[in-house]
Amino acid sequence: MSTVFAPALLAKFDALRRQYPPEMKTSLVLPLLHCVQDANGYVTEADAAAIADYIGMPPIQVVEALTWYTMFDREPQGRYVIKVCRNIACSLRGSEQVLDHLQQKLGIGVGETTPDGKFTLKTVECLASCGTAPAMQVNRTYHEQLDAAKLDRILESLA
Amino acid sequence: MNGTVFMTFPITATSHTLAEYRARGGYAALEHALREMTPAQVGERVKASGLQGRGGAGFQTGLKWEFVAKDAPVVYLCCNIDEGEPGTFKDRWILEHSPHQLIEGMLLAAFALRVRHAFAYIRGEFDLPLRRLQGALDEARAAGLVGENILGSGCSCNIVVHRGAGAYVCGEESSLLNSLEGKRGFPRNKPPFPAVRGLYQKPTVVNNVETLAAVPWIMRHGAKAYAAMGVSKAPGTRLFGVSGHVAKPGLFERPTGYPLSRLIHEDAGGILGGRKLKAVIPGGSSTPILAAADVEGVTLDPASMAKAGSMVGSGAVIVIAEGTCMVRLLQVLTRFYAHESCGQCTPCREGTDWMDRILARIVAGKGTTADLATLQRLPTSIMGNTVCALGDAASMPVASFIKKFGDEFEHYVQHGRSLHEGRLAP
Repeated sequence: MSTVFAPALLAKFDALRRQYPPEMKTSLVLPLLHCVQDANGYVTEADAAAIADYIGMPPIQVVEALTWYTMFDREPQGRYVIKVCRNIACSLRGSEQVLDHLQQKLGIGVGETTPDGKFTLKTVECLASCGTAPAMQVNRTYHEQLDAAKLDRILESLA
Repeated sequence: MNGTVFMTFPITATSHTLAEYRARGGYAALEHALREMTPAQVGERVKASGLQGRGGAGFQTGLKWEFVAKDAPVVYLCCNIDEGEPGTFKDRWILEHSPHQLIEGMLLAAFALRVRHAFAYIRGEFDLPLRRLQGALDEARAAGLVGENILGSGCSCNIVVHRGAGAYVCGEESSLLNSLEGKRGFPRNKPPFPAVRGLYQKPTVVNNVETLAAVPWIMRHGAKAYAAMGVSKAPGTRLFGVSGHVAKPGLFERPTGYPLSRLIHEDAGGILGGRKLKAVIPGGSSTPILAAADVEGVTLDPASMAKAGSMVGSGAVIVIAEGTCMVRLLQVLTRFYAHESCGQCTPCREGTDWMDRILARIVAGKGTTADLATLQRLPTSIMGNTVCALGDAASMPVASFIKKFGDEFEHYVQHGRSLHEGRLAP
């Protein structure tokens, strides 16, 4: 099954293509993968093949990028993807407690999604928030200097 | 704000805008260079300033630029905004609060190197830094500062923002170039260096955010003024980030050669909860750890750090208080490097995973004396045997943690539990 992208998405593809010099067409791989993920929440191999077709390059190279970079999801995620930093500065400031609190509150483990499809919980490596640790990202938004009370407020604010 | 090059203005809701950057004297250096100077003169001034790369390796910026052939028909410039060295959070400060300073620095570099297309490779996770950079570029384009015929000079330079997608190794410059070409971020063998064959095989300069953002100051105040700050062999100021067990974590602009102890105990408010200092990782997670006793008298410059057995790296000072379990803390790092090894070179791909599995075994109380011996041997098999520095980066923490805190590792193996109840957070 090959993907047919919606005209609105293709218009975004065209706008991105205009940003790069024509001799750099394969540079479009990451921007277009991001574009599809932003629109659909995840990227399938069929999407990757369609992106390759749009750029005019072998599908395997786009699939390679899709599977190698950690930010691309290949299956549906929760509406809110919570990414807790587990690296050194956050560990020193309580990221393990942050993760415990979230697991308890949401009733799921790392890598799992709540049954209602609302939350997915993940751990990630350094988010460059070391001076404001512990930190996490909810979808694109950074939340820093976390503690239990702040986590509760954040969860409550997410409809 | 008591900085010189960066932290010179109060942060407000509008301090990142073009109007306010101009009110601080912004883009005057670019205008002057375009009207009054030759590209070679700009390059010479940066070289004379002694500015060194702020991403971690500390290579002379002017020299890096000089390696590009003068008659190359196409030259590319990439700003490395893949800030990901654990402990480091300085580049995002520049993007969030002074994005035009980076843009002006990129344009000056582009002028010096005759670059038509420049790229800002920004880590995919960044949100506000990305929006601030895009907003600043929109402002700059509308003001005729970026794009065709900049300020009527006849020079043109386009800046494209390119998002990464979650890979620590893409902060390595040749890996960044492969990523920018749409490939997996595998580092390349060097030579040839990017200045000879870089992006799409064309001569390319890759510079860190803090490096490029220092260029406008150097152009305005002169090479001598910059070279006069800090230590003469690695001059200027740096954005030092202090994190971990300190009362007031944060970013501080200080001249090179600044005392490490003063940064921790005065600027960052001392150790959290009045505890004692146990250890410091002085330049990002990849640099060798220093025990508290090593810190006295050490200053934040390459020579002093080398004497103490570590490096200034990316200026990321990670502070660790007494009572912290060094075995579990090291496992946080081995897990990270095993996760981020790109998989290209066997010693790194297998070695980082071995080190992490051994640490996991020790932390689970199932480690043996033989495990500890293997853990000490592995870094020597990885270091120097890989295409890029990630193998070394993964090895140095392991080697130095065991060297400085060997008794804790032995205790963990002998008793099957931590000497400090596995504590990481206070």
